[in-house]
Amino acid sequence: MKLLVPVKRVIDYKVNIRVASDGSGVELANVKMSMNPFDEIAVEEAIRLREAGLASEIIAVSIGPAQAGETIRTALAMGADRGILVKCEGNVEPLGVAKILQKIVAAEAPGLVILGKQAIDDDCNQTGQMLAGLLGWAQGTFASKLELEDGALKLTREVDGGLQTLFLTLPAVITTDLRLNEPRYASLPNIMKAKRKPVDEKTPQDYGVDTTARLEVLETKQPEARKAGIIVENTAELVERLKNEAGVI
Amino acid sequence: MAILILGEHDNSHLNEATSRTLSAALEIGNDVDILIAGEDCAAVAGAAAKLNGVRKVLLCQSPLYAHMQAENMAALLSPLMADYETFVTAATANGKNIAPRLAALLDIQQISEITTVLARDTFERPIYAGNAIQNVRSAQEKNVITIRTTAFAPAEAGADAPVEILAVGEDTGLARFVGEELSQSDRPELSSAKIVISGGRGMGSAANFDMLERIADKLGAAVGASRAAVDAGYVSNEYQVGQTGKMVAPELYIAVGISGAIQHLAGMKESRIIVAINKDEDAPIFQIADYGLVADLFTVLPELEELL
Ligand SMILES: Cc1cc2nc3c(=O)[nH]c(=O)nc-3n(C[C@H](O)[C@H](O)[C@H](O)COP(=O)(O)OP(=O)(O)OC[C@H]3O[C@@H](n4cnc5c(N)ncnc54)[C@H](O)[C@@H]3O)c2cc1C
Repeated sequence: MKLLVPVKRVIDYKVNIRVASDGSGVELANVKMSMNPFDEIAVEEAIRLREAGLASEIIAVSIGPAQAGETIRTALAMGADRGILVKCEGNVEPLGVAKILQKIVAAEAPGLVILGKQAIDDDCNQTGQMLAGLLGWAQGTFASKLELEDGALKLTREVDGGLQTLFLTLPAVITTDLRLNEPRYASLPNIMKAKRKPVDEKTPQDYGVDTTARLEVLETKQPEARKAGIIVENTAELVERLKNEAGVI
Repeated sequence: MAILILGEHDNSHLNEATSRTLSAALEIGNDVDILIAGEDCAAVAGAAAKLNGVRKVLLCQSPLYAHMQAENMAALLSPLMADYETFVTAATANGKNIAPRLAALLDIQQISEITTVLARDTFERPIYAGNAIQNVRSAQEKNVITIRTTAFAPAEAGADAPVEILAVGEDTGLARFVGEELSQSDRPELSSAKIVISGGRGMGSAANFDMLERIADKLGAAVGASRAAVDAGYVSNEYQVGQTGKMVAPELYIAVGISGAIQHLAGMKESRIIVAINKDEDAPIFQIADYGLVADLFTVLPELEELL
């Protein structure tokens, strides 16, 4: 069974982002970029399935600017077998991404597509569910445990009240949550090896997908800042102020 | 044209997230219907019909919807949307699971977790863990929207809208429910509690969370946690507050042994009063706290329990 793992290039989660003063967006120049953390979890899960003999090949896909090629190399260095870079300028919305992935799925026929549950830049949490809808496949979102046995997929997901377990028919789309696994670091030899792994370059046109944005971003602005308050001396003062000053207890 | 809300419930109670969603929907338009889909959930439909501003409630009962799985829910919703211009649901685990699938079936780019309705087609939504706010306008004929419930007040009850029975939709047969492990607690729900007390890695163990629970019981508060506390196994996943966990905005949020990473702040910085208890005076949490106490939590928590 082939596994398809879409990976997104985003601003590193440790970076304190800056909003451009003209309202046009978030500053991207000279900012550290990384693979979306949830996608690292997706790549890791795919590698574990292959290591367990349950998958034959892992294809990492990224849809984005030329530099998204680096994100694919990261996935290859972790252990993915080959890559597909779909080059496009500007922001591609989740629906556009899902439509491109739908075409790649048609060409590659994977048994599972494993994605991150959300990208930490736009915080949309949409692509996996959209892809599953377009394909008419089962969707196992927010996965914290995945068990593949005899062509059936048992999946545990994080829901508001706790955990839910489902059986999904295959092929299926999975989106990862934080507790699914702890992604490995790529070793130096594997980073070198990854440079020789094949990466196909494509464009949205190759797939006949129109990625024109449906939503217009009118403005990107700074949120209202919260000011630091006061430091209290001890627990008694804290309780006194919460009662008499803030009136919240 | 009309707006359809997908109601959030557990087959016996209507979740407050739905009345908050209704408030948001009424800012978008007037003709707002609520769909209650589930198993033996007529009482939930009755509760939804009482919310002020609802035009009618659609009730669809079948074991197919008992756990609101996305495949069958989207199959039910997609044909219904012929009569609606906008679909709105709360950004709960169910809403996040179902809405994008529906959006794709309708060829719509969803707008996730809006916090303000600026106009019928224009919304504010946070990006980058709330470190930037976008104003987005949709030129689409129809929209699929999820609501950040902490940004909208619950609608009042008092009305008596009609309840219409809806035929059961297609069974996609794609996913089968096996079971669930839900936390049993008499405390208020984390997302809607008036007071939340959360523990982080500094709590040190699952057993130490008992101290927070005892204080929570005195305050009528919900207990939350940072990702680090969940990852360490001190508490289970449904406690996680943050960018990729639950969003909370209580009257009082008490962060104990939490450093204040942006991913955590994203989930709680809209709280009215924030208290931070941390032994590291440089912890970033103090930059947004109304009241900070630089001290060892193992000294403070017993005192707090005593004084409350
Ligand atoms: C993709 C992604 C998503 C994430 N999503 C979330 C999310 O939704 N929610 C979330 O919370 N995090 C999230 N994180 C993790 C986040 O980046 C931080 O790692 C996490 O919030 C840290 O948790 P913490 O503050 O409990 O731990 P730490 O940062 O380790 O802080 C522990 C604090 O406890 C204090 N302390 C220790 N002992 C004591 C004591 N005895 N008395 C008083 N104080 C003490 C320390 O001074 C320290 O400040 C995410 C990260 C990533 C990469």
